[in-house]
Amino acid sequence: MSQTMTAPAGQRRRERRFGIFSLLVLAIMLGVFATSARGEQATFVLNDARGQLFELPNLVVTVVPAVLVLSAVVAVIAYRQFTTGFGSKAVIVVGVVALLFVMAFLTWAAAGGQLSVVGLLRGSLARATPIALGGLAGVVCERAGVINIAIEGQFLAGAFTAAVVSSLASDPWIGLLGGIGAGVLVAFMLAGLTIRFKADQIVVGVVLIVFATGVTSFLNTQVLSGNPELNSPTRFTAIAIPVLSEIPLIGPVLFRQSMLVFGMLFAVGALHYALFKTRWGLRLRSVGEHPKAADTVGINVLATRYKAVLLGGVFAGIGGAWWTLDAVGQFSREMTGGRGFIALAAMLVGRYSPVGAFGAALIFGFSDQIATSLQLLRVPVPSDLLLTAPYLVTILVVAGLMGRLRPPAANGKPYTKE
Amino acid sequence: MSDQQPPQPPPGDDDADAGRPEDAGPVAVTEAELAQAEIEAAKERAADTAAVTLDATFSQRLIAALTGTSVTVTILAFVSALVIGAFIIAVSEDAVREALGYFFARPTDAFRTGFDAVGSAYLALLQGSLGGVPQVSETLVSSTPLILTGLAVAVPLRAGLFNIGAEGQFVAGGMVAGLVGFAITGLPMVVHLPLALAAGIAAGAAYGWVPGVLKARTGAHEVISTIMLNNIGLLVSGYLISTTLFRRPDRADPISRSVEESARFPRLIWWEPSLRVNASLLVALALAVAIFWLVERSTRGFELNAVGMNPRAATAAGMSPGRSVILAMTTGGAMAGAAGAAVILGLQYRLTIGFSAGLGFDGITVALLGRGRIGGTVAAGVLIGALKAGGRNMQAQTGTSLELALVIQALIIVFIAAPGLVRAIFRIKAEDLATTQVSKGWGG
Repeated sequence: MSQTMTAPAGQRRRERRFGIFSLLVLAIMLGVFATSARGEQATFVLNDARGQLFELPNLVVTVVPAVLVLSAVVAVIAYRQFTTGFGSKAVIVVGVVALLFVMAFLTWAAAGGQLSVVGLLRGSLARATPIALGGLAGVVCERAGVINIAIEGQFLAGAFTAAVVSSLASDPWIGLLGGIGAGVLVAFMLAGLTIRFKADQIVVGVVLIVFATGVTSFLNTQVLSGNPELNSPTRFTAIAIPVLSEIPLIGPVLFRQSMLVFGMLFAVGALHYALFKTRWGLRLRSVGEHPKAADTVGINVLATRYKAVLLGGVFAGIGGAWWTLDAVGQFSREMTGGRGFIALAAMLVGRYSPVGAFGAALIFGFSDQIATSLQLLRVPVPSDLLLTAPYLVTILVVAGLMGRLRPPAANGKPYTKE
Repeated sequence: MSDQQPPQPPPGDDDADAGRPEDAGPVAVTEAELAQAEIEAAKERAADTAAVTLDATFSQRLIAALTGTSVTVTILAFVSALVIGAFIIAVSEDAVREALGYFFARPTDAFRTGFDAVGSAYLALLQGSLGGVPQVSETLVSSTPLILTGLAVAVPLRAGLFNIGAEGQFVAGGMVAGLVGFAITGLPMVVHLPLALAAGIAAGAAYGWVPGVLKARTGAHEVISTIMLNNIGLLVSGYLISTTLFRRPDRADPISRSVEESARFPRLIWWEPSLRVNASLLVALALAVAIFWLVERSTRGFELNAVGMNPRAATAAGMSPGRSVILAMTTGGAMAGAAGAAVILGLQYRLTIGFSAGLGFDGITVALLGRGRIGGTVAAGVLIGALKAGGRNMQAQTGTSLELALVIQALIIVFIAAPGLVRAIFRIKAEDLATTQVSKGWGG
């Protein structure tokens, strides 16, 4: 007997649900992408305008056959999902289907025009930066048992302060310190109110978002609009790592970015290692899973939670500074546009792991970037609808449609020492 | 009468008091004992019917609201927020900052300019909300959607759910009410207006039903799903307003067609066209009464409260937490949808991008300020409405930006959500300042 025959009924139902998803994808691919392309051929530009070691040829695809081939693969996957199933690899297969869908979509969108792959990937990584940093802020807080939905508030505070400090000091590094300070200040309010005064963590999170939105908007109209010299920060510039940045395709994407992007990549790796491989991480996670047991063996639960929330503030503050010190270069009212909520979503989709949150942030950054790129290509797809993708994915994840989400056991519960 | 102290005299029973012997000793009737007596009396009044327990819990709550420390906390929270708001006004005023520059030479300058700035700003705030008939009209106009979005948060709060999704539900209600308002023509007002309002309420209810069902069936935390649904709602409405279905044919920018006259709420003071207060206020109050009946008087409402207080006990008593969760979220969504309809059909008459303007999020402040009670929420809605109307006047008169109202709102909830903070600031010793613990972690 093969293993799939004895698979539990729940697993079978889930696979069948995935199969329906694949069929939907297939219907869109065949019904829309294969029939309504605006040109015969799609050109993917793999080269960057700046110097590189050698030139790559442009990738030219004939639209209809390419979409048909991709559709055939999806059809095969759907057949297998309905019959034998993929067992433990089921979720990965859903990801593959989504990837095939995106490839078909891009082929259709670029039909009759040119799409810069370098620009798309480079922009995705840049846009993923604040989302990943916010996701790290969420991961470190929630692993210690404190729910942090105030990431949006930390972003706004960080962006505002970084802009003002960098303008005053004419130095992005000092501005970054200012942004970190603001993120930590909001985190301190979160920690103080929830850990010391045991206020409801979600209520406080919502309040801090309203508070940060109010204060930064108020000071923006009241102070910054009358004093533009306070709102012209010195920005980080892109740094090209010698030699590596000249590798075609991956060079400009990975090795010619601003310091904040490199910092984010380092932070993801460092936090993942620290959380899962060091004594500090074990203690932090034990406080989030079973604070009483942690207390019994002599770990200071409240101090650990305080430190975790403040560390989260550091990450979120850097994430906020990304807007004013990297991407935009000026503070404006509510400029973070709900990315703090997407960061929260990235943490959940990434299942409370730094690398997972980074992966989710990449996907969300990609959908963000595609929405912009397609406007440039004048593709008749409403960017607003594309931008709903991260939110839809998150609802599917928290509803358990992609496997059960298991938060830290003591998440959201205040701890009282007996 | 014996020489023993009588058990608590029932209210209105004067004979017990008059007939008590002089030597019975000092009578120390504390507030808690009175409250207990009131509960006992309420229980005795209707001992047999099913409504008893409901009555008792209601009177318990009423008494807690009147005699408990929660009112103190609410008032202190409001005052503290105004004081911190004053600091922010002072610091953001250019004249004050200049005076701070030579603070050590002439400190009085800084204080004087500071007091001037704060005084004139708060005076304008007060005048703009209560200073005359037009100002009161504006306060009521601002209060109408706030009462409804407040209810949208308060009802789920009673079932132990935190509905952050009022913003999205508001958008859904406003969009559909607006669509019915301008897409259908030729109907008389008695048909068209109720139809548009009902469509808005239904859309809001449907948008609230989704997180309710997700919570009941899969355990998806309502905070996460409503945050995501808010953003989806805002993006989709932005898209829809720019489509030909909604957009005004003669305009290129995203702005919808205007609602027909027959679907607009009539002004209450029709002989004075500058007063914008309209019949949607009456609808809001009527809905508040209906919600009061649902939550405080009906069997379903009793289940909802029971699930909110202790879902495990409610399940053991044969109630279905899932049903209450869906009911609470759907009802909340309906209220937010009504708020959206009230704004579109009563005030703006057309849909623009971002027409919700944070009114759904304001509902969180309103509901927490009203401590989850229906009457309290209505009162809090009027209070925050006054703050908004006054804030507009403050901005016009003294140049202090309207966003200050947002800061004050946030501070109010901070203090209400963390009574321990108020206790620490004002050195109140009472131990019974309960925290507002509404959520139970993502796992639900």
